Amino acid sequence: MGKLVTLMGDEKKFTSVSIPVPLFKKVEERIRGTGFTSVSSYVTYVLREIIAEEEKQEDDDKQPFSKEDEERVKDRLRALGYID
Amino acid sequence: MVMRQRAHGGRLIDRVMSPADRERFLAEAADLPTFEVDGTMAQDLANIAHGVYSPLEGFMVRDDFLSILDHNRTVKDVPWTIPIVLDLQPEVLPDLSPGDRLAFTYQGKPMAALDIDDIYGFDADEYASTVFDTTDGSHPGVAKVRSMGDRLVGGPIMLADEMPSPFPDYTLWPIETRVLFKEKGWRTIVAFQTRNPPHLGHEYVQKAARTVTDGLYINPSIGKKKKGDFTDDVIIHTYQELIENYYLRDRAVMGLLQAEMKYGGPKEAILHAIMRKNFGCTHFIVGRDHAGVGDFYTPFAAQDIFSEFPDLGIVPLFFKSFFYCKRCGSIANEKICPHEGEDIVNFSGSKIRGRLVEGLPPGEDMMRPEVSRIILDADTPFVE
Repeated sequence: MGKLVTLMGDEKKFTSVSIPVPLFKKVEERIRGTGFTSVSSYVTYVLREIIAEEEKQEDDDKQPFSKEDEERVKDRLRALGYID
Repeated sequence: MVMRQRAHGGRLIDRVMSPADRERFLAEAADLPTFEVDGTMAQDLANIAHGVYSPLEGFMVRDDFLSILDHNRTVKDVPWTIPIVLDLQPEVLPDLSPGDRLAFTYQGKPMAALDIDDIYGFDADEYASTVFDTTDGSHPGVAKVRSMGDRLVGGPIMLADEMPSPFPDYTLWPIETRVLFKEKGWRTIVAFQTRNPPHLGHEYVQKAARTVTDGLYINPSIGKKKKGDFTDDVIIHTYQELIENYYLRDRAVMGLLQAEMKYGGPKEAILHAIMRKNFGCTHFIVGRDHAGVGDFYTPFAAQDIFSEFPDLGIVPLFFKSFFYCKRCGSIANEKICPHEGEDIVNFSGSKIRGRLVEGLPPGEDMMRPEVSRIILDADTPFVE
């Protein structure tokens, strides 16, 4: 569990996590000359990307609406000529 | 297998009252403090309730508002770039406080309820400079922010009734587009945002994007626009004609986005992409000067900003511009055509508009004759 660090007021909370020093140096090297301003910003970017992909996979089989809703919607779409 | 597009934030929001809740609300509304909304706010209420703005369940509270200005994210780390807020003058409703319920009315009739969580002040110049990257009052978004009441009221809403759509046959909510895409068997859907009638450049951008996806969702913004913009009626009718004559009927559909243009350039491009994700689209076209106005943004700022959001969850498709190449004898773009200079005829929006204002068709190498005819025959093609 990381330590919560409050920066510049209550609303802006960041926490620190530990990564191996060699990995930190590798990331530092990798982001040189890119738009990433720090190892933290790179790690944040990569984690967001990975989590978004995982959440997408988890949701693939979920429907955001019930069967009844779906039938009601289909009736309207048919009436409007969007589907046969 | 049909791939489902995840709603932004993970859940498609539904804040429409059940019939029983609606009856209760209509009965209690006369005893509640009320606030009369205009058409733009009525659209926002419907957009929230039907999940166009998922995961928002209402108007933003202070923490989300500040988080968005500071980080382009809600407090739950969901990408978001333009606050959706309700502003009031303090003297309008002096006795409101968190915990109260407010009834919104539209043309005098109760429309929705807001359960107030937060009332807070804001700095209009900070808001404008963060969202629009300018405090120049000639920017329509900045002017709007400066005209806002100085208190923002946040909290979840519930919708009882919505204002009638001027184009009911093209009014689709996210649940409807999602069922529509599923019924059509489309796994990948590219959305096209527009506020103009189509010229050939638009058509070919859409068709290029369609060749790498299963379906095209043409989603014009209708609602309040600035003087000189094309009217909603003209935009819709020209697209009807274009789809009818030049598109594969099973691969392209049109539905409307009822939302005010904010002219926020890059920040608005992200908001546009989020809304299309909620409609179930997997891809989103971002062209030159998307949602821009004047020269407030560089031509491709709205494309560059997407690199800041690896978790946006919708794939942006970037196009620079299509043009007619006289030597190729076809529509082309800079990625496939080696010619330049006098061989190239650009689809200049201002040039096309200039011809139309003079009552002349722009030419068939610029705009389909069916489209030109509708604009030229319209009584009021431009917002006055």
